[in-house]
Amino acid sequence: MTMTDSASPATAAATPPAILIEDLHKRFGDNEVLKGISLTARDGEVIALIGASGSGKSTLLRCVNLLEVPDSGRVAIAGEEIRMTRDRKGVTRPADRAQVDRIRRSLGMVVQNFNLWTHRTVLENVIEAPVHVLGVPRDEAVARAERLLDKVGLAAKRDAWPSQLSGGQQQRAAIARMLAMEPKVMLFDEPTSALDPELVGEVLRVIQGLAEEGNTMLIVTHEMAFAREVATRIVFLHQGVVEEEGTPEAVFTAARSERCRQFLARETRW
Amino acid sequence: MNPAFALEILPQLLTGAVLTLQLVALALLLGLVLALPVALARLSPFAPVSALASGYIFVFRATPLLVQIFLIYYGLGQFEAVRESFLWPILREPFWCAILALMLNSAAYTAEIIRGGIRSVPYGQIEAARALGMSGPLLYRRVVLPLAWRQALPAYGNEMIQMVQASSLASTITLMELTGVARAIAARTFQPVEAFVIAGAIYLLLNFVLTRAVHWAERRVTHAAH
Repeated sequence: MTMTDSASPATAAATPPAILIEDLHKRFGDNEVLKGISLTARDGEVIALIGASGSGKSTLLRCVNLLEVPDSGRVAIAGEEIRMTRDRKGVTRPADRAQVDRIRRSLGMVVQNFNLWTHRTVLENVIEAPVHVLGVPRDEAVARAERLLDKVGLAAKRDAWPSQLSGGQQQRAAIARMLAMEPKVMLFDEPTSALDPELVGEVLRVIQGLAEEGNTMLIVTHEMAFAREVATRIVFLHQGVVEEEGTPEAVFTAARSERCRQFLARETRW
Repeated sequence: MNPAFALEILPQLLTGAVLTLQLVALALLLGLVLALPVALARLSPFAPVSALASGYIFVFRATPLLVQIFLIYYGLGQFEAVRESFLWPILREPFWCAILALMLNSAAYTAEIIRGGIRSVPYGQIEAARALGMSGPLLYRRVVLPLAWRQALPAYGNEMIQMVQASSLASTITLMELTGVARAIAARTFQPVEAFVIAGAIYLLLNFVLTRAVHWAERRVTHAAH
């Protein structure tokens, strides 16, 4: 993808980044998963988060929309910092639930296991949040949902139940559900890890299309070829810290970190 | 077994069956309405609220329904405050005492059924809703409860059938529902076999219809669930 960034330095400074993460820490019991991570995603950037299992990349992604509450550090979406507070036991929690809900509406998320609602058809899954969260009139939401299902190649499946779809179709339906909220930033948490190998391609193609439209994305993935082709920036996490960061070209061909080079050698062996 | 006599007492027994249906329908409906807040209270992270709900569920599940019916029917009138309250015209009626006992009992069981249903909702589907900006009552109304209900339906079907049988205990506080009518006929005519065979057959028919209805409802929802 080509970036045409014609903004002058002055206006670039005035536009807050789509996502700003500063010195994020998160521990589960004795296990410190994130050890002070900072990351900035500007509008239109596609950032691939790579790293071994347990490196903290999924946790980092889930901290962006507060599905995990970080222990310390800052998260700001389009310049709006998510306000945090501590309860009497010292546990961090969001200070304002309504703010979290509002910010989540602007952040789309697609996860490994699709998590379509099994009690609703494909179309009902897609219109649910626009109608009941945003208050979009139903017929308008249906029209938009039909366009989106067409876009992800599921127009014929609008009245199917999630259980009647293949994994790849379910994931594409989940992507349509996310797109229906017209999110400003899209978060993908290993979107193809639960799919049979022959179904991976159809999902990656949809995500690639979204990247080429200029959407801002954070993608946790193990698909190295995909990351290299689609991302504008690669971030390699190792044991809860950013170990390597740069353009796909730089990271894949000339990583400074020995661990990153080893990881890429393992992941791209075949 | 005398078929002519059986046919003769059928209309009386059917009248009793109507009262049985009224008791069951009303007790189940009110029990369900009460069970939802009890289940939510039981799941509350706020300990006193959860303990209150647990206590209620424990008391009503750990004592016989017959004892509950007697305590409400004979016991409430002991209290001056109850006799003088505006509810007394209702609470002195055996019908409403039976409804109250059946409903409170059903609510305790149903609350546990609903709680089990809520806990079985796949967490990922709740998280998907959260990630889209849903929370609180909206999340419960649109995602958690509909999914919980699908899980709970088979168990709730059992509760409905149990309620049909349990309603026969209302005959002990003078209500002439199906079992009450059968007992009266048996006492009056010394022909208990006909009375209870016909009463049993009517219960069988009621539960057959109920079982089919639950089965139909389950099929309607599970094509979506799996």
